[in-house]
Amino acid sequence: MITWFPIVVTFVVAGVIVLVMTSASRMFGPRSPHTRIKGEAFECGNPPSGPAWGRFSVRFYLTAILFLIFDVEVVLLIPWGVEIRRLGVFGLVDALIFITVLIVGLIYAWQRGAFDWD
Amino acid sequence: MNHFNPGALDILWLPLVPLIVVAVGAVVVLLAGVRVSDDDSEGLGWIALAFLGAALLFTLPLIGQSSSTAFAGAIAIDNYAAYFEITVILTAAVTVLMSLEYAPDFRLAGAEYYSLLLFAALGMMLMAAAGDLIVIFLGLETMSIAVYVLSGLMRQDPRSNEAAMKYFVLGAFSTGFLLYGIALVYGATDTIKLGPIAAALAGAKGGSPLLLAGLGLLLVGFGFKVAAVPFHMWTPDVYEGAPTPVTAFMAVGIKLGAFAAFLRIFLVYFGAAATHWNQVLWVIAALTMTTGNLVALVQGNIKRMLAYSAIAHAGYVLVGMTAAGAQAGSAVLFYLLAYAFTNLGAFSVVAALERRGERRDAIADYRGLALSHPGLAALMVVFLLSLTGVPPLAGFVGKFYVFSAALNAGYVWLTIIAVLNSVVSAYYYLSVVVVMYMTEGEARPIAVQAQPGMVAALALSLIGTVMIGVYPGPYMGAASSAFKSALSHTQVSSRQLKLRG
Repeated sequence: MITWFPIVVTFVVAGVIVLVMTSASRMFGPRSPHTRIKGEAFECGNPPSGPAWGRFSVRFYLTAILFLIFDVEVVLLIPWGVEIRRLGVFGLVDALIFITVLIVGLIYAWQRGAFDWD
Repeated sequence: MNHFNPGALDILWLPLVPLIVVAVGAVVVLLAGVRVSDDDSEGLGWIALAFLGAALLFTLPLIGQSSSTAFAGAIAIDNYAAYFEITVILTAAVTVLMSLEYAPDFRLAGAEYYSLLLFAALGMMLMAAAGDLIVIFLGLETMSIAVYVLSGLMRQDPRSNEAAMKYFVLGAFSTGFLLYGIALVYGATDTIKLGPIAAALAGAKGGSPLLLAGLGLLLVGFGFKVAAVPFHMWTPDVYEGAPTPVTAFMAVGIKLGAFAAFLRIFLVYFGAAATHWNQVLWVIAALTMTTGNLVALVQGNIKRMLAYSAIAHAGYVLVGMTAAGAQAGSAVLFYLLAYAFTNLGAFSVVAALERRGERRDAIADYRGLALSHPGLAALMVVFLLSLTGVPPLAGFVGKFYVFSAALNAGYVWLTIIAVLNSVVSAYYYLSVVVVMYMTEGEARPIAVQAQPGMVAALALSLIGTVMIGVYPGPYMGAASSAFKSALSHTQVSSRQLKLRG
């Protein structure tokens, strides 16, 4: 049982912090009248609801594709970095070939104007 | 800690050089064409052709080498791989020639077009040279993803968009089947190498449901790619919507690549355990031929008609596969070569008649073609007769070898169905001839510009179709030595197993 004690403490501390913060803001904070906007869910400044078929700029799609290049690069290079000593020169050459192929994709996207936002 | 030892991979670059050349070519074309405008892409086509030619040269030294493997069995070195690689390179070259005028006319994005064409060819070659299931899968994806994009390259054309979308969604779905099949086979046999899987299939655990389910799923995956009947629904729409040279490349190249792997797995490695799968193939072959030919009868669009004809031809190949054995294997390889040239020719004629804004692909558009374009009409007749299987053209010899192999293996009823289907197919092939020669011409004559690329594509297809038909000996010899060289892998591996056991 004693092993679970730290978790109980965590919950208690979390509860106390929440309680202190909400009651402090209730006691010391200014009061403004309730409005419709205030009642809406907070979504980082965006309107919280709208039609489901929202339209996005097609440029986001390009951004996602470009992200993919670097994403795949990282996914493969991190395991290579972990095993770099065992793989030796062979692994280094392999990784260079792999990076070259990705760079070709990057140059292609660049030259086709994928980085120009306008 | 055991150190990674690259030496254990038995790295041999020679068999990979053709593939590397094609891959480098794809990259060079992509980068060279970045700033080239869409109506000026002919130069990119020539670059692609140069790389394909170089790849062909580097394939030649592979012929006649004794069968072996490289990269720990991932790559097979044999005449079989060389045979398919050469055929794929020729197919890609004819497609490029066909596109030299077509691509600028239809404003296909040149850099992407030729580069994706080369990447697809690379995938097909990799499938032909693959020695284990993962490399086959890699090749299949390289090929498929490139062709998904190629079929949608006419971005302003809703039919092209539809083709790309359908092909992508259904293709991804079928890839799932294939991958699941690979996973089940791996689960059942603990290996992805074809030799040990074949040994397991022929051994005591051959009837294990897991392994058989895996085989079934592999069959579905390949069945989709070669457009065999229960999995053929995408074919007509995709073939119709894609740019015509891409359709030709799909109808020939994808079949070559997919059949190269399909045949190597089932006919070469699993041939000894044919009882596990050839009843299924019997049914699929009969269905594929019959459906393809019957539905082709009522098509009003020549590309759809050729799509159903391509389905039917996949059925004939499956007849040969059902028969199994060395004779059937060589016959099927020969058939694929004959089919490649004939079909490329037929699609070249279709492409030659199309112009931007005027897709002349209804069969009715061919009325009176014999008067307005006698040369093209005559060429079309040759290719259609070869597709029907009339001597002395390539299609006839191919069918003859495949059907006699099926008869020798004792599949009398399947052969009867196949021959009846050939008779049915004569109706729709010849009705195009009738439309061209015997109906009053209202075909709008098109401005025949100098089209050296198209002429070269037509000439190559014609030479192939006629030469293979008139003098099939050397090609049959190449096909049978290719199949035997692939078979010798399995003998080596069974001998090794015996030694170990």
